[in-house]
Amino acid sequence: MDILYLLIPLSLVLVFLIGVVFWFALRSGQFDDLEGPAFKVLMDDDGKKR
Amino acid sequence: MDYYRLREKTSAPPAPADRRTLEAYDDPLFQTSFVRRREEGTLEAALLLDGVRCTACLWLIEESLKRLDGVCGVQVNYVTRRATLAWRETDTKLSHIVARLSVLGYGAHPYLPQQIDDARRSEKRRWLWRLFVAGFGMMQVMMYAVPAYIAQPGEFSTEYETLMRWASFVLTVPVIAYAAQPFFLGAYRGLRAGRAGMDLPVALGIATAFLASTWATFTHQGEVYFDSLTMFVFLLLLGRYLELRARESAGASLAHLARVTPSFAERLSAFPSSRLGERVLAAQLLPGDLLLVRPGEAIPADGVVLEGISTVDEALLTGESVPVQKIAGSAVVGGSQNVDSSLVVRVERVGQSGILASIARLVEQAAAQRPPLAEMADRYAQHFVWWVLIATSITTAVWAFIDPIRAPWIAVSLLVATCPCALSLATPVALTAATGRLARQSLIITKGHALETMAQATDYVFDKTGTLTEGKLSVVTEKVLGTHTREHCLAVIHTLENLSEHPIAKALCAHANASLRTPRRMMSLQTDSCRNIPGAGIQAIIDGCTYRVGTLAYCAEIARGPFGLAISTELSVSPYTRVWLATNDALLAFYDLSDCMKPDARALIGSLHAAGKNTHLLSGDGVGVVMEVARCLGMQNIRATATPEEKRLYVLALQRAGAKVVMVGDGVNDAPVLAQADVSIAMGSGATLAQTRADAVLLNGRLADLQSAISVSRSTRRIIHQNLFWSFGYNLAVIPLAAMGMLNPWIAGVGMSVSSLLVVLNALRLRA
Repeated sequence: MDILYLLIPLSLVLVFLIGVVFWFALRSGQFDDLEGPAFKVLMDDDGKKR
Repeated sequence: MDYYRLREKTSAPPAPADRRTLEAYDDPLFQTSFVRRREEGTLEAALLLDGVRCTACLWLIEESLKRLDGVCGVQVNYVTRRATLAWRETDTKLSHIVARLSVLGYGAHPYLPQQIDDARRSEKRRWLWRLFVAGFGMMQVMMYAVPAYIAQPGEFSTEYETLMRWASFVLTVPVIAYAAQPFFLGAYRGLRAGRAGMDLPVALGIATAFLASTWATFTHQGEVYFDSLTMFVFLLLLGRYLELRARESAGASLAHLARVTPSFAERLSAFPSSRLGERVLAAQLLPGDLLLVRPGEAIPADGVVLEGISTVDEALLTGESVPVQKIAGSAVVGGSQNVDSSLVVRVERVGQSGILASIARLVEQAAAQRPPLAEMADRYAQHFVWWVLIATSITTAVWAFIDPIRAPWIAVSLLVATCPCALSLATPVALTAATGRLARQSLIITKGHALETMAQATDYVFDKTGTLTEGKLSVVTEKVLGTHTREHCLAVIHTLENLSEHPIAKALCAHANASLRTPRRMMSLQTDSCRNIPGAGIQAIIDGCTYRVGTLAYCAEIARGPFGLAISTELSVSPYTRVWLATNDALLAFYDLSDCMKPDARALIGSLHAAGKNTHLLSGDGVGVVMEVARCLGMQNIRATATPEEKRLYVLALQRAGAKVVMVGDGVNDAPVLAQADVSIAMGSGATLAQTRADAVLLNGRLADLQSAISVSRSTRRIIHQNLFWSFGYNLAVIPLAAMGMLNPWIAGVGMSVSSLLVVLNALRLRA
C-alpha cells in the first residue's frame, strides 16, 4: 500500500496539469459558443470561411 | 474570516477609477452614443454594469445612487445589467455618478453592443472556469473520500486516511478560494447593504464546513467533509451557471435587435449633385443626413427613402421573412437589410430614439420592473434568512451541550439545507425564460406584470380593423351580370382603376392583376376621356366604349339596358362595400370589397372559446360589417360604432363585473381602452412603437403568435407556482430534520442544490 504515497501526489499533479490545459482551452475561446457549432454542420457554406 | 482579509487584494474594484477616464464620461461627443435628453435639464444615460450578481446588488446600487445630489432616477436591469440613470445637468456630472459606482465596487461602461459582447464573453469564461475548478475538485476529492466510506473498521490505517485528508484539503483550497467566490462576495455585498441575501447562509455554511474540516485535518480528530463541500459548491455553481445561460439567451434574443445596426454609414454630403459618399461612423449621423445604402447592406438608421426602388428584409422587426418593397417615401427601419438595389435614405431618427432602440428599451423597462409575485418571494426570502440564522445559532448552542463534536456539522447542515436559493430563483428565472421565448416570436413584453395577468385573464376584447382583420380591402365576391366575359370585365377594371390612387381602386387593381393571365391584349385608353368624380366613381372611354366604375347610382346613370334597376334593387343591399362596373347600356358586374379576416383569427378565437374565455369585439365601424366579422368568427359579444370613450366604458363595465380583461388593439386609436384593460396588447407598427403604452407589443401582427403567447403565459404561471410550492415546501420540511441532527452535511448539500437546480431546470422548460 506504500504505493499510495506516490499515487496520491501524482493524482494531485495530474489534476493541476489538466486544470492548466483546460485554462488554455478556455483562454483560446473554445468554450465561447456552446450552441452555435452544433448547427454549423447544417450550414451550406462549404468553401467560404465564416 | 480569512476570506475577508484576502478579499481586498483579490477583488479590487474593476471600475475605471482613474480621473482621466472619468472625465471622458462628461465629454459631450463621447456621450452622444449612450446619453439622451429626457426633458428640460435632465439627461438619461444607459450604462453597462460590472459585478452585478444578485437582486441585492440592484437594491444597493439604486439606493446609494438615489442619495446623490442631482440624481433623479436609477433603474438597474438584472437581465442585461443595464443601468438607466437620470440626472439634472446643473447639479451633477455623469463622472461623479460613475465614481460613486466604482467606490461601491461596480464598474460602469457605456452601454454599447460591442462592449456587452466583451463583458458577456469574459463573464461566461469566468463562470466556466469556476465550474471546472469546482467540478474537477469535487471528482478528485470524492475519489479520496470513497475508501473512508467503504472500508471496514480497521481495514484502512490512519496514516493512509491522513494522506487522503491532506490531498482532499489541497484540492478543496482552490475550490473555496476561487470557485466559491461569488457566494462570499454576494454575502459580503448583502451585509454591507444591511440585507441578508440568499448567499449569506451559503457562505456561512461553506466557511464553517471548510474551517471545521481543516481543523480536523490538522489535529487528526473529528470528521472531514471536503467531499460534501466541493460537491455543494459545484452543484450551486451549476445552478447559477444555468441561470446565467438563461438570462444570456433571453438577452440574446433582444441583443440581436440592438446589434444589427451597422457601425458605419455612407453619407452623401453633396446629394443630388454628387453621388460620392464618405464613410462615417453611424454614431455620428444626425437627423437629416442623406445616406447611400447599397444592396446587401444593412440600413444604418431609421429614415425615409428619397430615391430608388428596392426590397428590404425587416425580419428582425416582424419575423416576416418575405422582403418588403420600398419606394420613394417609404419609411425604413435602421438595422433592416436592403436586398435588391441602392437606396438613398434621409435619416429621421438616430441612436437611442430609433425604433430598434425603442423596442430594446421597452423590453428592458419590463425586465426592470419586478412583478408582484417575485417581490413577495424576495421579501419572504429576506425574513426567512434571518430566521434561519437565529434558529441555527440556537440549535448550535443546544447541540454544543449535547455533543460538541457534532455541533458545527449540525450548524452547517441547517445553514445549507435551508438556504432559500430556490425560493429566490423560482420566479425570475421563469419570467426570464418566458420573456426570451416570446421575444423570439415577436411578442415583446413591456411591463413586468403582463405575463402573470395574461394567464389569469377571463375576457379578451378585440378591436376589429388591423387586429382581427388585415386592415386593407380586398375583393371577397365578384359577379358578372352582363354578356361580357369575366376576363373582359377585369381588364376594363384594371385599366380604369389604374388611373386612381383610392384604396378601393388599388384593391380592385390588385385583384384584377392576380386573376388575369398574362400576356393579355392591351386596351386602348383615350386618356383625355377620363373623368374622376370623388365619392362616385371613374369614367373613361376604352376601345371606343364608355365605361364607368363606382357606386350603383353613378353607374345606373348610363346603364339603361335590360339589366337595369330591377336587378340592382335586389342586389343593392350588402354588408360589404360594393363597386359596380357599367357600360353604355348595361351593368356588367359588381365586386364586393371587404377588409378581410386574418387567416389565423378564427383559430385564435376558437381556442379562446375552448379554454372557456369570453371574447368581445369592439369596433368603430358600422353594425353590418362588425356583425359579419363576428358571425365568421363565432363571437357573441359585439359593440359596433363605438367611440374610443365607449370602448373604455365597455371594458370598465366588464371589470366592474369581476372580469380580468385583455385588450388587443392597434395601439394608436385605442389608447384609452388599452390603458383601461388589465393587460393590453398592441399590434406593433414601426413608427408608433416608441410611444406605445401597451403592456405587450405583437411586432408582426400574426394572431397565431398571440395564441401561442397566451399559452406560454399560462405555462409560465404554472411553472412559477410549481417552483414556489416546491421550494417553500422543501424549506419547511427540511428545517426540523436538520435541527434534530438527522441530516448529514452532504445530504443537506445535495438536497439544497438539487432543489435550486430543479427550480432552474423547471423554468428552462419554458424556453423550448
